[in-house]
Amino acid sequence: MKPARFSWSTRSGRALAFQAGFLLVLTVAGWALWRNTAHNLAVRQIRSGFAFLDQRAGFDIGEGPMPYTPDASYLRAFAAGLGNTLRVSLLGILLATPLGALVGLGRLSRNVLVRSLSTGWVEVLRNVPLVIQLFAWYLVFTQLLPDPTGPLVLAPHVYLSKGGLQLPMPVWTGGPALERPEITAFGVSGGISLTPEFLALLVGLATTTSASIAEIVRSGVLAVAKGQTEAALALGLPHRLVIRRVVLPQALRVIVPPLTSQFLNLTKNSSLAVAIGFPDVVSIANTAINQNGQALECILLIMSVYLSINLATAALMAWYNRRVALVER
Amino acid sequence: MATAPDLSGAGRDAREPPPPRGGPLAWVRRNLFSSWANAAATAVVGLALAWLLPRAVAWLFLRAVYAPDYDACRALDYRAACWGFVAEKHRLILFGRYPFAEQWRPLAATALFVAALALSAHPRAWRRWLAPAWLPVVAAFFLLLRGGVLGLAPVDPSAWGGLPLTIVLTALVVAASIPLGIVLALGRRSRMPLVRGLSTLYIELVRGVPLITVLFVASFLFPLLLPAGLRLDALARVAVGMTFFQAAYMAEVVRGGLQALPRGQGEAAEALGLSWWKVQRRVILPQALVLVIPSFVNSLLSTFLDTSLVTVVSIYDLTGSLRLALGDPQWRNFFLEGYLFVGAIYFASCLAMSRYSHWLERHLGRWARA
Repeated sequence: MKPARFSWSTRSGRALAFQAGFLLVLTVAGWALWRNTAHNLAVRQIRSGFAFLDQRAGFDIGEGPMPYTPDASYLRAFAAGLGNTLRVSLLGILLATPLGALVGLGRLSRNVLVRSLSTGWVEVLRNVPLVIQLFAWYLVFTQLLPDPTGPLVLAPHVYLSKGGLQLPMPVWTGGPALERPEITAFGVSGGISLTPEFLALLVGLATTTSASIAEIVRSGVLAVAKGQTEAALALGLPHRLVIRRVVLPQALRVIVPPLTSQFLNLTKNSSLAVAIGFPDVVSIANTAINQNGQALECILLIMSVYLSINLATAALMAWYNRRVALVER
Repeated sequence: MATAPDLSGAGRDAREPPPPRGGPLAWVRRNLFSSWANAAATAVVGLALAWLLPRAVAWLFLRAVYAPDYDACRALDYRAACWGFVAEKHRLILFGRYPFAEQWRPLAATALFVAALALSAHPRAWRRWLAPAWLPVVAAFFLLLRGGVLGLAPVDPSAWGGLPLTIVLTALVVAASIPLGIVLALGRRSRMPLVRGLSTLYIELVRGVPLITVLFVASFLFPLLLPAGLRLDALARVAVGMTFFQAAYMAEVVRGGLQALPRGQGEAAEALGLSWWKVQRRVILPQALVLVIPSFVNSLLSTFLDTSLVTVVSIYDLTGSLRLALGDPQWRNFFLEGYLFVGAIYFASCLAMSRYSHWLERHLGRWARA
């Protein structure tokens, strides 16, 4: 390779000059923004840095998978928020996937009633903003349900009321046992308790995402050539095996990559929790910003949380995708 | 190799099976009772619908109260819909906190905008004069809303709300994010490593975070980043933030169009001695952008839905002004009717847009060549 010599008359020379200029502009702009920020922070007497994470948060978090008190640090508060984000996202994915598959197959049904119901489900959920759906679900769960003292009984020891959903909880007391919630004079106590905020977010996320998943499943199944099914049937395979051994493996190849981005969408959409007061990581950041004004740090924190979740999910799904992908020589 | 003469007649063109006999009875048999499983599904779903539909129609329409009469609504005790809430509050829901006496202005502005949009929807209207023709429409839209001239009382953007605000925000964000997205898409395909790397980093970072974090950046960080003298009002900040967000998605849309073009197009143009800018402007982009027009309509749709998030940072778009209306303790129990009303507005608009996008997809090739 010849030693590179700068010249305006070559493409590479102009490219080099352009990039140098671009870098210069970016650096100057970045420096100006940094100076503005430093000045503005000083004027407003806002501290900077992540030292605040060790300080006492002082606000309570209604629910979460881990014990938390207002005396805990901001770091613990963010961890509790992250726990809530992951909890609602995972459950949402677990609910949305089978529901979406069902609706997607329903859109391909030969029965016109099933077909139009599934189409209606998809169209309504995809064309109404998620925020509206969440607000509506939240009000349904907090206003239209009966009071906790006289809850709806969905199944033995499964209660639904304005106070949320109470389920039996498996516990270990010398052996496997169930702690069953009971109706008392003050409402339902014991067992697993899910708050109305959590339920509204979960139902909203799961139904909306199920509509998108349904479209993916439908196009995946349609992508399998018709001859494949016909050939398998001609070989005398029963219908069940045709679906399981011929259609599904080929459809999955088409379905898995866009399904991954729907899982990520659901996780990102869980940030709308802040609209209905569910303490996910964004709501915690919102509260923290309102308390100490350290917006830069808090926003960086939530952005890095979502980017890490993205990377982790992408890696996991890439591993799964390699398993279902076509093995080529 | 000699082929044996085909005497069976099987080698002739395979013909489609004869179409099923027409008529409603054949349709019913094919769609509802083609097999035992199908008939069972018909029975189950049909029974459920037969139970549900009459009740839904009665609740929604037949027994509903339409007049803004609180006592009549109260007397319903939720056994039927109270559209009286919508009748009472429709102006607050549709126009937010815009001064009541002046609300004909956002109405006229919205009507003008929607009419102009409908007129420019057909590819036959996509001529050179279309962009300049939009300038007076946009100017009239903002003059009507903002006032301060021609004897119109000035109305501060902080008082704008409801449907016009949703439309303003959607239009601004889409219009601004398309050029930005084109630049990012070209940057991502650039041969310069610095430009390519930074464009890719920006696109992937933005697509990795939820819109709400971008709205937080807009409402909490922008005031810190700007020099002390310069202030943007909340609406402008949110519009800028959403533009930065949407541009990353637009970039991917445009990149899809760029990738769909055969490489030979660019190579041939370069071989003719055209500069990089000329190649992009005269050869690549005109072809790539026409390919992705239906995707632009889909981006318009998703931006329209996304604007409902701005209510989280206290801007009273259609969603936000419904929440204002529900702030009235007397009427707040009729929230379901309110959400159905606003949801229906979003639903109808989005359905129209997605049908339009499908229609464009099917017919675009014909006009693109003409």
